This record gives sequence, structure tokens and C-alpha cells, in this order.
Amino acid sequence: MDAILETLGLAQSAELLAFSPPGWGGNLLRGLANSMKIASGAFGMGLLIGLFGAYGKLYGGVVVRDLLAIYTTVIRAVPELVLILILYYVGTDLLNKASLAMGYGRVEISGVVAGIWVLGIVQGAYATEVLRGAIQAVPAGQIEAARAFGMPPLTLMRRVTIPAMMSFAVPGLANLWLIATKDTALLAIVGFSELTLETRQAASSTRAYFTFFLAAGALYLIVTLLSGVVFGRVEKWARRGQPSLREGGR
Amino acid sequence: MIHWRDLMQPHRIVLMLLFAALVLWCAISLRWDWIPQYAPLALEGLWRTVWILVVTTVLGFMLAIPLGLAQAVGPWYLSIPARTFCTVIRGTPLLLQIWLLYYGLGSLFPQIPWIRSSELWPYLRQAWPYAVLALTLSYAGYEGEIMRGAFASVNKGQLEAASAFGMPRLTRFRRIWLPQAIRNVLPTLGGETILQLKATPLVATITVVEIYAVSSRVRSDTFIVYEPLLLLAISYMSIAGLITLAFRQIEKRVPR
Repeated sequence: MDAILETLGLAQSAELLAFSPPGWGGNLLRGLANSMKIASGAFGMGLLIGLFGAYGKLYGGVVVRDLLAIYTTVIRAVPELVLILILYYVGTDLLNKASLAMGYGRVEISGVVAGIWVLGIVQGAYATEVLRGAIQAVPAGQIEAARAFGMPPLTLMRRVTIPAMMSFAVPGLANLWLIATKDTALLAIVGFSELTLETRQAASSTRAYFTFFLAAGALYLIVTLLSGVVFGRVEKWARRGQPSLREGGR
Repeated sequence: MIHWRDLMQPHRIVLMLLFAALVLWCAISLRWDWIPQYAPLALEGLWRTVWILVVTTVLGFMLAIPLGLAQAVGPWYLSIPARTFCTVIRGTPLLLQIWLLYYGLGSLFPQIPWIRSSELWPYLRQAWPYAVLALTLSYAGYEGEIMRGAFASVNKGQLEAASAFGMPRLTRFRRIWLPQAIRNVLPTLGGETILQLKATPLVATITVVEIYAVSSRVRSDTFIVYEPLLLLAISYMSIAGLITLAFRQIEKRVPR
């Protein structure tokens, strides 16, 4: 193994990427773990906001609909980086004010929680649109039939709307998940130690820029490709029982 | 389009009044005294943002056409590299790509003597060529994937009709295939351009002074946090609005 690396001229890179302290591999993996934590938290929070947002946009009153339209339009027109800064400052300010008012001192917010809060609100706007489109694609008769049988709204959502819209929503949600993983990199600019920031620190202290940036790129790419496989499976599962697009419709 | 009567509903009037009150409150109680001092710099930054956006979308789109074509109909030795390029660009964060090019290439070039003595060297020492290169490649990667679908979706019968009339291959591409492919992607092109606009602040991290960098400078010079960010968000929203309007005009002119 060492001989192969030596002949390829990669021995130095392998040393730099080793998992134990003289190498920086451990730091990169820790960064990746942080990135994944933030991404999955933000994705989950986005889904929750998106579900409420989609229901509000479809069935809400006029005021709710207008407010949601403003939310989704503004979030989608302003760069994520600017939103991250605004939400980060607003979030810490509000939290500190609340804790001072209740008699506690200033609170320190962990990077992961702040990242989830910030990216979750951004994801929520996109998720609202994806889920709204998916719910609209469900044939109206199915929902009306359930209503006609007197199904309560929550049961209707759990047993009819969500299973029926899943197959329409999964491709859009897969896209959102990829956006979430890539957006975690932006948190590097605010100073959270996720993968991109760890990479930059490793690169600038060893001067081996190519080695570390390419390694981090490979890690992101692995996550993307694996997610593609997983979401492919999920889509197949969500489509179970439906005629496949290739064979059906004749 | 928005109609006057749609705006004149009672709840919308109340919302607009609330919004006007909010704007008034912002104008009165927030600090705006830094604006005159930083206005020239901000205008320069705004110009640079627009310049980077236009240059990278145009170059990126020109690159996306061969990428899409190679993936749609190219032989394997062209389609596999094109597909790999698109996957890699779309699968890694843009910030990482920008830093790889700027810090990676930027630290490699000074070690090569003939680059140092070439006429390109004064440009390669600055940050903006790397910013333009990174954003162009990124746009090409995303757009190449879209163009693949667009080229594949053009009606085969039209291409066959063109070749039946004896139209040469290049003319057929220029007059039948490409215009229809572009027409098919026009609605997504507007959205992609707004995404590209939202990617431009990332180049501030490699010392390109565009509008985002100006606002961070105001923030660090004066310790005013919210006002510059608010103004920044508004300027991005106005540019995004202009892009939307421009694409709506273009779409209207294109025959269906």
C-alpha cells in the first residue's frame, strides 16, 4: 500500500489526510459530521415549515396566503449568505433579549443549533413550494371522498394527502436535501466549524490547498451520490402500486 | 400580471399600510447617516455585482451548449466527460470550488516561471479572474444538465424535415435545433439566472469588492449591523425583480 502511494507521488497527501493528529483527516470527518447534522436538522425543520406553509397557502385565509407569499418570495430572491447573516443576528439578539428579560445572563448558542435555525427557515420557503405543488397534484376527488366519509382533518392528512402526494414530492425534496448539504458550506463564512471551514483551516496551515480542497470535494460528492441512491429508493417506495411511467399509460 | 383591482382588497390595503408604517419606522429610528460616505463605494460594488452576473451567465451559457449537446447526442468519449463535469459541479458546494480555484491555482501559478513572466501574470495575481472562472463553470454545470434535456426534447420530425430539405448540419443546428432548445429552457433560464445572482456574494470571500463586500465593510467599520444588511437584501430583491421582468419580456416576444 505504502509502495503504491510512493510511486504515485501521493505519500505526502496520504500523510496529510491521516486520521490521527499529525494528519488532518479526523478534522475533516468531524467537519463532515457537523455538516450532516446541520443539513439533516435544517431539512427536517424545512419540511415542517413547508407542510404548514403548503396547507396555509392552499387552505388558509386571505391574510395567511398573502403573508406566506411574501415569505417565500423574499426568501427565494435574497442570497442565502445574506439571509444567514440577518437570521443569525436577529436570532441571537432575540434570544439574548428574551433570556435577559427572564433574568438569565447572555446565552451562547451552539453553532449547530444556529445553523439549523438559519438554514431551516431558508429551506422552509422552498419546501412550501414543493409540497404545495405536490398536494395540488393529488386528484381532488380522493381528498373530497375522504371528507365526504367524515374523516377528521388530521387523519385525512396522515392517511390520504401525505401518502398520495409523496410520489410527486420526493424528486423536489431530494433536490432540497442536496441544496441543504451544499448550503452548510456557507456557514463557514459565519465561522461554524463544518467541513468547508475545517478544510480551509487544514489547507492554510499546511499550504496543501489542492489536497484538502479536493478531499473535501470528494466527501461532498460521496454524500451527493449516496443521497441520490437513497432518494431513488424512496421514490420507488413512494410510487409503489402506481403504474410506472415507462410501461403504463397505454 | 398584477391587476389594480386585486391590490384593492381590504386585507391587502391593511397589509400595505402596515408595510408603509414599517418602512417609515425603519427610515426614522434606524441609523442611515453612513450612506453618503459609502454611496460611491456601494454603487461601484453594485456595478461589479451586475458585471460579474452578466459575464458569467453569458460565458456559462455558451459553455453549456456544447455540454448539453455532448450529453444528449454525443459519442461516449464526449458524453462521459461532460456528464462527469456536470455531476461534480452540481455535487460540491460553490464556495469550495471558488476556494479551490483561488487558493489552489493561485498558490500553484507563482511556482511556474513561464507564467510569472507571461503577459497574463498581472491578471492572474488579482482575484476577479478566479471569481469569474468559478462562477462560469458553476453556471455551465447546472445549465449543461438543463440543455441536455432541452436538446433531447426538440421534435425529431423537424430535424428530419430539415435534413430532407438538404440543409447542412451546421445550418440545421443553428436555425432549427438550437433556437427551439433555447425556447424550451427560457422559463427555467430566468430562475437559473436568479440563482446565479444569489451565488455572486460568495466571491466576496476571495476579496472581490462587490455589493456584499461593501456591506460587510460598512458593518465592520461602523458596527451598524442591521441597516446595511437590510439595504443589501433590498438591492438583491430589486435585481432579482428586474431579471424576472426582463425574462417575462423575452418570453412574450418568442413565438410559441
